[in-house]
Amino acid sequence: MTTFEFAILIAIGSLVAGLLGALTGLGGGVVIVPLLTLAFGVDIRYAIGASLVSVIATSSGAAAAYLKEGYSNMRVGMFLEVATTIGAVTGAYLAVSTPTKAIAIIFGVVLLYSAYSANKPQKDLLSDDPPDRWATLLKLDGTYPTARGERSYHVRHVPAGFGLMYLAGVLSGLLGIGSGAVKVLAMDQAMRIPFKVSTTTSNFMIGVTAAASAGIYLHRGYIDPGIAMPVMLGVLAGALIGARILPGAKVRTLRLVFSIVIAALAVEMIFKGVKGTF
Amino acid sequence: MASAAAWNDKRFEIIIGRLLRAGVMLAAAWVLAGGIHYLIQFRGEKPDYRAFHGEPADLRYIREIVHEGLELNARALIQFGLLLLIATPIARVAFSVIGFALEEDWMYVGITLAVLTLLIYTFISS
Repeated sequence: MTTFEFAILIAIGSLVAGLLGALTGLGGGVVIVPLLTLAFGVDIRYAIGASLVSVIATSSGAAAAYLKEGYSNMRVGMFLEVATTIGAVTGAYLAVSTPTKAIAIIFGVVLLYSAYSANKPQKDLLSDDPPDRWATLLKLDGTYPTARGERSYHVRHVPAGFGLMYLAGVLSGLLGIGSGAVKVLAMDQAMRIPFKVSTTTSNFMIGVTAAASAGIYLHRGYIDPGIAMPVMLGVLAGALIGARILPGAKVRTLRLVFSIVIAALAVEMIFKGVKGTF
Repeated sequence: MASAAAWNDKRFEIIIGRLLRAGVMLAAAWVLAGGIHYLIQFRGEKPDYRAFHGEPADLRYIREIVHEGLELNARALIQFGLLLLIATPIARVAFSVIGFALEEDWMYVGITLAVLTLLIYTFISS
């Protein structure tokens, strides 16, 4: 395959990945690494570098649309970014010393969890318990617009959420993904933040988290321009198209199909990792 | 208190959102321009990414990337576009420092500065 064919095919694959990722809410980053490694035979380190770059592009590119809606909570985002960025640096350093076989297996497990998590029904777990000590101290409680006016919410279990966000950062730095599924676990399940607030706040955080490890990846020589260029442009174009057609799209079936594809890729990565052929 | 703070939050978020989008579009245009240059120059070669070799030093460090980019080295031009991209979320955090300072929320100025310091450190050092 020549450089030209390689770039065009990867750009098309990345565009489809970005489009499906935006439509299903799973993010384009999750399939970039399996696409590059399994379909194009690219070394997983180059694949992770390119994927990380595309994660920043989709996060920052979508921020304007998300922020207009006024759901995101800047204080929650910034406080948790302390955990995710430290985690991302940890993950990026771990990536250097972790054997690629092990990275492939961890990647597969995270992919399986993401596919499962995306298909669970989303229900707000708002509680009316008295305010949390940490949440009050850190001014994390907020309000968000609903059809019946502003509704206030209390943030719970701050230490648990902070710990989970550190884990999300480690996985992001180790695997070059946005770790959206772990962020949902931390913000929706543990901290009881309303779904719309957590989604927009976490989109915001994903780019910052990825930027924390991207510098380390660049210095380590993981970011190759010949791969990162078509991946970044393809994913970004796909994500922007996806955001435009999302309001009218019926995504449940698509999400299920995409999740099955992701699960199959996950199993293949785990299988190859265990067999030692990665 | 909620209404004034929330209003400031929202106005700042909108400005920051536009800033991020502009940064990403500039980075994408740069990467695209470098990419076209790259494809014309190397179109017939057969790349091999099966084995990991790591990038040469002139594509790994900011000063070298800028230097090579000024000489219109195609690969360095793409890397420079990627540097712009990595810088957009960092700029967003820097603007958040200003946002919290205008609200006189010094605790969050501190938290945001801590995040910003870490980001700048990993971006420029190795």
